[in-house]
Amino acid sequence: MRHRISVVALTAMVGVFLLFGGTALAGDTIKLGVAGPHSGDLASYGIPTVHAAELVVKDINAKGGVLGKKVELLVEDDVCKPEVATNTATKLVGEGVNVVLGHICSGATKAALGIYKEAKIVVMSPSATNPSLTQSGEYPNFFRTIASDDAQAKLEVDFALNTLKVKKIAVLHDKGDYGKGLAEYAKKFLEAAGPDKAEVVLFEGITPGAVDYSAIVQKIKRKGAEAVIFGGYHPEASKIVTQMRKKKMKTIFISDDGVKDDTFIKVAKKYAEGVYATGPKDVSKNPLAIKAREEHKKAYGSDPGAFYDNAYAAALALLNAIQKAGSTDYDAIVKALRTNLVDTPLGKIKFDKRGDAIGVGFAMYQVKDGKYVEVK
Amino acid sequence: MDYFLELFLGGLTRGSIYALIALGYTMVYGIIELINFAHGEIYMIGAFTALIVISVLTMLGWNQLAILAIATLAAIVWSSAYGFTAEKVAYKPLRGAPRLSPLISAIGVSLFLQNYVLLAQTSDFLPFPNLIPDFKFLEPYEGIVRSTEIVIYVVTAAVLVILTVLIKFTKLGKAMRATAQDRDMAMLVGVNVDRVISFTFIVGSATAALGGVLIASHIGQINFYIGFIAGIKAFVAAVLGGIGSMPGAVLGSLVLGWTESFFTGYISSDYEDVFAFLFLVLILIFRPSGILGRANTDKV
Amino acid sequence: MNTIKELKKSFLIALWFMFLTFPIMVIKVNTVEQTIDWRWNRLAMVGIFSFFASWIWRYLLQRKEMGQKRAEESETPTLTFQQRVLQNPKFTRPALVVICIFAAIFPFYFSMYQVNIMTTALIYVILGLGLNIVVGLAGLLDLGYVAFYAVGAYSYALLNVHFGMGFWACLPIGAGLAMLFGIVLGFPVLRLRGDYLAIVTLGFGEIIRLILENWNEFSFGPSGIANIPRPGFFGIKMSIHQSLIYIYFIMVAMVIFTIFVVRRLQDSRIGRAWIALREDEVACQATGIDKTKTKLSAFALGATWAGMGGVVFAAKTTFINPASFTIWESIMILCIVVLGGMGSIVGVIFGAGILILLPEYLRAFSEYRMLMFAAALVLMMVFRPHGIISAVRRTYQFEGSPEKKASS
Repeated sequence: MRHRISVVALTAMVGVFLLFGGTALAGDTIKLGVAGPHSGDLASYGIPTVHAAELVVKDINAKGGVLGKKVELLVEDDVCKPEVATNTATKLVGEGVNVVLGHICSGATKAALGIYKEAKIVVMSPSATNPSLTQSGEYPNFFRTIASDDAQAKLEVDFALNTLKVKKIAVLHDKGDYGKGLAEYAKKFLEAAGPDKAEVVLFEGITPGAVDYSAIVQKIKRKGAEAVIFGGYHPEASKIVTQMRKKKMKTIFISDDGVKDDTFIKVAKKYAEGVYATGPKDVSKNPLAIKAREEHKKAYGSDPGAFYDNAYAAALALLNAIQKAGSTDYDAIVKALRTNLVDTPLGKIKFDKRGDAIGVGFAMYQVKDGKYVEVK
Repeated sequence: MDYFLELFLGGLTRGSIYALIALGYTMVYGIIELINFAHGEIYMIGAFTALIVISVLTMLGWNQLAILAIATLAAIVWSSAYGFTAEKVAYKPLRGAPRLSPLISAIGVSLFLQNYVLLAQTSDFLPFPNLIPDFKFLEPYEGIVRSTEIVIYVVTAAVLVILTVLIKFTKLGKAMRATAQDRDMAMLVGVNVDRVISFTFIVGSATAALGGVLIASHIGQINFYIGFIAGIKAFVAAVLGGIGSMPGAVLGSLVLGWTESFFTGYISSDYEDVFAFLFLVLILIFRPSGILGRANTDKV
Repeated sequence: MNTIKELKKSFLIALWFMFLTFPIMVIKVNTVEQTIDWRWNRLAMVGIFSFFASWIWRYLLQRKEMGQKRAEESETPTLTFQQRVLQNPKFTRPALVVICIFAAIFPFYFSMYQVNIMTTALIYVILGLGLNIVVGLAGLLDLGYVAFYAVGAYSYALLNVHFGMGFWACLPIGAGLAMLFGIVLGFPVLRLRGDYLAIVTLGFGEIIRLILENWNEFSFGPSGIANIPRPGFFGIKMSIHQSLIYIYFIMVAMVIFTIFVVRRLQDSRIGRAWIALREDEVACQATGIDKTKTKLSAFALGATWAGMGGVVFAAKTTFINPASFTIWESIMILCIVVLGGMGSIVGVIFGAGILILLPEYLRAFSEYRMLMFAAALVLMMVFRPHGIISAVRRTYQFEGSPEKKASS
C-alpha cells in the first residue's frame, strides 16, 4: 500500500516538474519582466512595483498596446537575494523577456545585471540606488528612475549645513545596503565640509526590526546632536522619531526617500511633524501622478507603497521607449531611452549616458500638517 | 546617572517585551521540548487581529477603552485558536517522531502563517493606534518613562505571577508539570496528556497575543514579518534564562534587554547583537543550562 | 453510520477553520476611504476547502498509523519501499547509470535557467551533506551552519579583490578557513547539548553575518562585493551560458566527490564514533571514544563542505553580500537534512532537490509560491516524519536463534 502512494507522489512530482519546467512559448506580445521581492521581509518594497506595472500595462493594453502588440507581464520573485536574483534573471531571459522592470534591491540588481547584459536586455530599476550601478560604467543596460545614494546624501548634507545651519550631526543607518551606503556618503560630505562647519558626533547602525530604540535615542541626546541624518526606511525612522519626540527631544530629523513615504506620516502621526526627507521633485500636481494614485486606490483599496511613482515612471519609460524605437531591439531601445522625453508621474524624463534619469530632480520635503511639503 | 537610569529603563522595556513572547516559548518547550518557531507568528497574528478589530470598532465610533478591551480579548481568542490549531495539525501527528521533525514542521507553520497574512492582508506596514491612555500621575516623569511602558512592565510581571500560580498551585498545573517530567508516566497516572498539551499551547498563545497588542501599541506599526525577528530574540532570551523555566524566561529577557541597551548606550549599536550573542555564549559556557535552568546531570 | 460521523467531523472542522480565518481572511480595512471590505466569498471558500481537506487528511493519517502499527508488530525491522529499492543492486545500478547519463547531458538539453537552478540545488546538496555530518551523524543541532558558507564565499571574494586570486586557488583555502572556523566554534560549545547548542550556533551564525555587515573596511559591508569572476578554464573566454554549464559540471564533480568521502567517513572509525556519540554520549565515552576529538572533527568536517560550497556560490552569483547568509539559510539547510532523512545520503540529495527546486517550480503559482512551499514542508513532515528516505540502521542479525537479536 505504502509504495503505491510513494509512486503516485513521485509521478505527480515529475509531472509537475515537466509541466512547469518547460520554457514558455514565445507569443506575439511584448514581454515586460517585473523582478523584485514579492515574499519575505522586504516584500513591502517590491509589491508596489508589481502594482504599478499591472496598472500601466492594463492602461496601455486598453489603448491598443505597444507597436500593436499586447504587453504581457512576467512577474518573478527574487526575495532581494543575489542568488535568487540570478535564477530570476535566467528565467526571464529564457522566457524571452524584452525589457525588465527591477530589481528592487541594489545587491540583487548587481547579481542579475550580468545575465541581462549578455542577453542584451534593458533593465530599469525604480529603487536600486547604489551609485556604482551607473557610475562604474559596467552596466550599460542599466537605467533607473531614482537618484543615486550620493546625490541624495549631498542634498541632505547641504540642506543641514547651509539651510538649517546645524553643526553637530548624528548620522544613523539601518545597516542595510541602501541605508548604510547613504549614511556613509553623508558622513563623507560632512567631513569634507570641514570641522569648523560640521561635526559628526555619532555614526552608528541600528538593528532593523528591533522592538525599541530608546538606547540609541538617549545616546543622540547625550551626544548633543542638533540634527540626525538617517539612512534607511520608514519603519525604523518612525520608531526613532516617535521615541525622540516622546522624550521631548527637538532634534531635527533628516532622512531619505525611503522615509518620504506616506506610511511614515500615518505611522508616526503627530510626531512626524517637522521631519525632513529628500524625495523626487514635488509631483503632487503632476496629472499623471494623481492619476497613478487614483488608479491604485481604485484597484487595491489602499494608498500606493514604496517606490510606486518611480516604478510607474519606469514602466512608462520602458514601454514608451519600445514604442519610439519601433522594435524591441536592444540598441534602439537604449537610444530611445536616451533621446526621447517621456511623460511620467515624476515629470518629463529621459536618461543620461550612465543610465540615471535626467529630470528626476530631488528636493527636500518637510512634514507639515500631516503632509510632505516641498521646502523652497 | 540620569543616562544610566534611562538606559536601564530602555533595557527594561526591551526586556519586558521579549519576556512577553519568551514566556510562551518556554512554556511550550517545557512541556514537549519543541522549539516552537511559529510562536512569533502567533504573536503577529494577535497584533493583526487586534488591529482589525480596532479599525472596525473605531469606525463604529466606540469608546477608546472599550475598543482596547475588546481588541485584546479578540487577539487572545484568535491567537489561542491559531496556536491550538497549529498544534493539532502540525505537531500532534509528530509525537514520537525524531526530535527534529516537529522543528521543521514548526518552521513550515511559521512560513505559512507569514505568507498567509501577507496574502490575505497586505505587505505594507500598518499604523497601530496606541489606545493605552496616558496616566495623569506620570506627567512629571514623561521624559523618562511613559504609560505604555509602565503597562508593559506591569502586564509582564502579572503574567509571570499568574502563570507561576497556575503551574504551581492548580490541578492543571500539576498535570502540566507531570507531563513535562515524563509523558508516559503522566499518562499512566491518568493525566490526559493531549488535553494538557493543547492547554499549554492555548495559554502560551494567549500570552503572545497579549504581548502582540502591547508591543504593537508601543511600536506603533505592524506588518506580517514582525513575528520572526521578535521570535528569534525571545527564543534566545528563553534559552539564556534556562529554557523551560518561567522566571528564567523573564530574567533571561531582562538580561538580554539590558545587555543590548547598555552596550548601545556606552559602546556602539553597530555590534549590539554581536555583543548580545557573545554574552549568551559566555553565559552558556559557564552555565550550560542557562541562568535558572536545572543542570542536566549525565544519567548512566 | 461511519460516513455520517465522518461528515459531521469534517463539517465541524470546516466550521472551526471558518471561525479561525474569519478576521484575517474576511475583513480588510480600506485605509483610504475608511471603509471595510467584507470578503465573505473567501469564508465560503475556506469552509469548502477545509471540509474536503480534513477528509483527505484523516484518511492519510489513518494510512500512516496503520503502516506504523504494522512496522511495530512485525518481528524483523521492516524497510520502507524506498529503502528496499535503494538496497537492491538490481535497481540501483541501472538507476545510477541513468542518473549519470542524465546529469551529463542535462545542461545541453535544458535552458540556462534550468542549469542555473540545478547548480544551486547541487550546491545545497553539498551543504546538506556537510550539515548531515554534524546533525545527522553526530547528532549536534547546528543552526548557524550558514556561517561557514559565508566564510567560504567571502574568502574567495576577498582574496580575489585584494590579491586577484583565482577560483581554483581559493577553493582549498576557503574550505580550509571554514574548517578552522568550525574548530573555533567547536571549542566553546563542547559542553553544551541539544537546544543550548542550537542557540549558540545560531548566535555564532548571526555574529559572522553581523560582522560582515558592519565591518566595512574588511568586507565592504552590506553593499557587498560585485564582479567576482566565474571559474576559469585554462584562460578560455566563455559566455555566461557556457560558464554556467562549466560550473554545473564542477558541482557535479564535487557532489560525487562529497558522496564518496561521506560514505567512506560513515563507515570509518570516526564515523562510527559520531553515531555512537549521537546515540548516547555517556556510553560513547565509556567505550573510550574521545568526545572532544569526535565533536570537533564533526564540526570541522561539516564546515569544510560549507566552505567549498561557499566558494562555488560566490563564483556562480558573481556578487555576494551579507543578505545571502541570514539565519533563514541555515534553517533551509537544516530542513534539507531533516526532510531528506537524517543520516541518509540519498535522502539529503532528495531533500536538497525538493527544497531548492520546489520554490522555483512553484513560481507558476506566483504569489502563492511560498504559501504552498510552507504547506508542503508541514505535510511532508507530518506524513513522513522520518524524512523522505531515512537512513537504514545497520543491524546485525544473529542467525543461531531467532529469539535473540543484537543490534550494533
